[in-house]
Amino acid sequence: MGEAIAFYIIAGFILIFAVLVVTAKEAVHSVVFLVIDFLFVAALYASLGAEFLAIIQILVYAGGIVVLYLFVVMLVNLKRPPEAYADPHRRTTLGFALSAAMLLEIGVIASYGYVKPAPALAAVAAPVTGNTEEVGWLLYTSYLIPFEIASMLLLVAMIGAIVLAKREL
Amino acid sequence: MQPPAVHHGAMFDTDELVINMGPQHPSTHGVLRVVLRLDGEKVVNADVVIGYLHRGIEKLSENRNWTQIILLTDRMDYVAAATSNVGYCETVEKLLSLEVPRRARYVRTILCELQRIASHCLWIGTHAMDIGAMTVFLYAFRERELILDLFEEYCGARLTYNSMRIGGLPLEIPPGWDKKVLEFCKIMDSKIDEYETLLTHNRIWLERTKGVGVIGGPEAVALGMCGPALRGSGVPRDVRKDEPYAAYDEMEFDVPIGTAGDTYDRYLVRIEEFRQSLRIIRQATQGIPEGPIVGKVPRLIKPPAGETYHAIESPKGELGYFIVSDGKSTNPYRFRVRPPSFCNLQALPRLVRGHLVADVVALIGSIDIVLGEVDR
Amino acid sequence: MVDTFVIPLLKIVIVLNATLVGVTYMVLLERKVIAWAQSRLGPMRVGPYGILQPVADAVKLMIKEDITPVRADKWLFTAAPIISMVPALIVYAVIPFGSEVSLFGRQVTLYITDINVGLLYVVSVASVGVYGIILAGYASNSKYPLLASLRASAQLISYEVAVTLTLVSVVVMAGSLSMVQIVNAQYNSHVWFVFAQPVAFVLVLIGGLAETNRAPFDLPEAEQELTGGFHTEYSGMRFALFFLAEYANMIVVSSVVTTLFLGGWLPPFPNVAAFGFLYYVPSWAWFLLKSFVFLYLFIWIRATLPRYRYDQLMNLGWKVLIPIAIANLVVTGIVRVLLL
Repeated sequence: MGEAIAFYIIAGFILIFAVLVVTAKEAVHSVVFLVIDFLFVAALYASLGAEFLAIIQILVYAGGIVVLYLFVVMLVNLKRPPEAYADPHRRTTLGFALSAAMLLEIGVIASYGYVKPAPALAAVAAPVTGNTEEVGWLLYTSYLIPFEIASMLLLVAMIGAIVLAKREL
Repeated sequence: MQPPAVHHGAMFDTDELVINMGPQHPSTHGVLRVVLRLDGEKVVNADVVIGYLHRGIEKLSENRNWTQIILLTDRMDYVAAATSNVGYCETVEKLLSLEVPRRARYVRTILCELQRIASHCLWIGTHAMDIGAMTVFLYAFRERELILDLFEEYCGARLTYNSMRIGGLPLEIPPGWDKKVLEFCKIMDSKIDEYETLLTHNRIWLERTKGVGVIGGPEAVALGMCGPALRGSGVPRDVRKDEPYAAYDEMEFDVPIGTAGDTYDRYLVRIEEFRQSLRIIRQATQGIPEGPIVGKVPRLIKPPAGETYHAIESPKGELGYFIVSDGKSTNPYRFRVRPPSFCNLQALPRLVRGHLVADVVALIGSIDIVLGEVDR
Repeated sequence: MVDTFVIPLLKIVIVLNATLVGVTYMVLLERKVIAWAQSRLGPMRVGPYGILQPVADAVKLMIKEDITPVRADKWLFTAAPIISMVPALIVYAVIPFGSEVSLFGRQVTLYITDINVGLLYVVSVASVGVYGIILAGYASNSKYPLLASLRASAQLISYEVAVTLTLVSVVVMAGSLSMVQIVNAQYNSHVWFVFAQPVAFVLVLIGGLAETNRAPFDLPEAEQELTGGFHTEYSGMRFALFFLAEYANMIVVSSVVTTLFLGGWLPPFPNVAAFGFLYYVPSWAWFLLKSFVFLYLFIWIRATLPRYRYDQLMNLGWKVLIPIAIANLVVTGIVRVLLL
């Protein structure tokens, strides 16, 4: 009962701040709301007993990535009139089509999951206890390949960013 | 307010950020204003705006009699008033073709060198403070205090001394004063080492000063730089050696010069000047000759018609006076000062270009300016 | 009821108040120590030897006019000091000030809580504190604070990476992220981690200085360059909050370093029979003593060293500290695997 109340309160706040992120007039305010939103997501994780995820959520998203967003938003001159933002390459119809496809996909997955619940994950019985340890165990056993691929992806992204930023390398 | 956007064909427009450093800024040493155009933190260009402390000393001098002007020269380089006094008095003496007693010349030398140490104390304190080492500031002021005490004992004032007279000095040195000066030299010797312990081999200090604001000898000369700032670039120009005045021709001392012409070399040059000044003070104090302290000066000072230029080595560099007398009135017809701070300040935009904001304060400190002298 | 609510609440009240008082006296201590280093006396007027100076400061800051610049972003301008103060205080939740004491017949632990991701909690909460500085610079709508806040964000992000990487090697040693478990691991291994991880110790110390914006890394508030830095436009109590946050963070850093490397509440030579007499000193006293040493060190460094330049600071962070941290972690991992 208590957990449910906590969940709905937190989820409510997440939604409110998510809406505020897209409606705020000042870009910096948007970013601040985004941080608050992430903090509530972290609270959601914590209420589910995933302290490790919660802390990582704060550390990586709220404390790291969004700081960089803020960095960019502050540096870029946003005081120009909206006309200046008109993007000649914008494809509105294509965008709508893609988002419709995306929504459909999510809907299909959700209804499939509802109709045919997934079998309990045949997780390797982790020989360790504790939240952090279990995450580590799973990452390096069942999910080793995805983990390594994700690492490679990030490495590629990092190198790409450096190449883009430093032209005279 | 916002400069027009510069298009580099990139995704975002990049603006140069214009910031005003000063006139109310903790490390522009008074009321200097530097308009910096920044690209990120890098200085693209710097405009030096001066004149906030202009009191019209040059014009004012044309309406004062010759003795009254001494008091105005105090207010130019107010951290080294005695050297300004000496420069002016010697210029007038040259106009008058007046013989200054040897004793007076010796005491002038002592006062000038004490003043140089006091001025360098202020410089090292503020320079180090600008780079973040705040303890040096208080150490240096502790020693400056001792010099001010010596001056106070000599002439009663601690900042604007009015300590020279045309033809000599206003007062005989107090009994026992020379002993105290020697005592001070002994104290100062160890204190210079103390400053050096904190700075000279400090890695952060080296990183902050080495290679910052490099300027070569010929370019420094072309910009009219003078004093320790010029000697840091390896030009051995020192008025005390080249055109000796007071009793410097009888003193033995070296002129330290730098090699790289960066902030660190200018720092080293001044540190060595501390030691050389002490050397001069020791020689002069031990050799003060007997005799009158003031020469035979006419009651009414009225130099013959003519003009003259005379320069001395103030702590900041070559301080020159150009004075025209019409031979009729009791005040100068034209009075012009060549202030070392002003000439060194000319080099600032050249020095800071391409460096970071943090280097600007380091460089302002390293050329050692006093705005009272720049603006006059 | 008493164990779940009353005692934790009491602990929170005590820790918060002790922190705030400690922080104000930290300011006095800093002024005094720096004064001694500079052959001065420091504050002497308020109370004997100036010991009531913090009270006078607090009163002054509270009754001072609280100015909001006209063109400032009012909400963020007000929120920024709070955002920097709150993380500085909530970190204390996981810091173990001592082991257990028995009070009125109850065993009371001298920490508010012991969560199994304690160390990560400290790091992540500290990373949120950056927002206070960045937003202060942005909301002031003024150039110097903006420059300062850009410097601050870049600096904090860089050093966070280095410090966090270094902390991992301590975690590898202890096998746990819980602050209490880390201290217990040092108890079991009979040695403080500073001897096992000297490199990590130095790295965390340097990174800690940088993360608290202390000299020689106090670039965001370099008064000689940026006229006060990100809090140039602040006055009164809002300024005081930034100030308090800085000192509270200093205490946090010294507490964390003490916990991770100097055995927290443990006496020297923990769990060695010959030195058992050292346990007569209460655990919290050891902790406070060790933290005090670091606080003193921070002040001493401030009185001695010049300030780094922005680019040099970045080079130090990315090209020196992070590679060393990674190398240290690799070596620690290998040694650990070989020893197991």
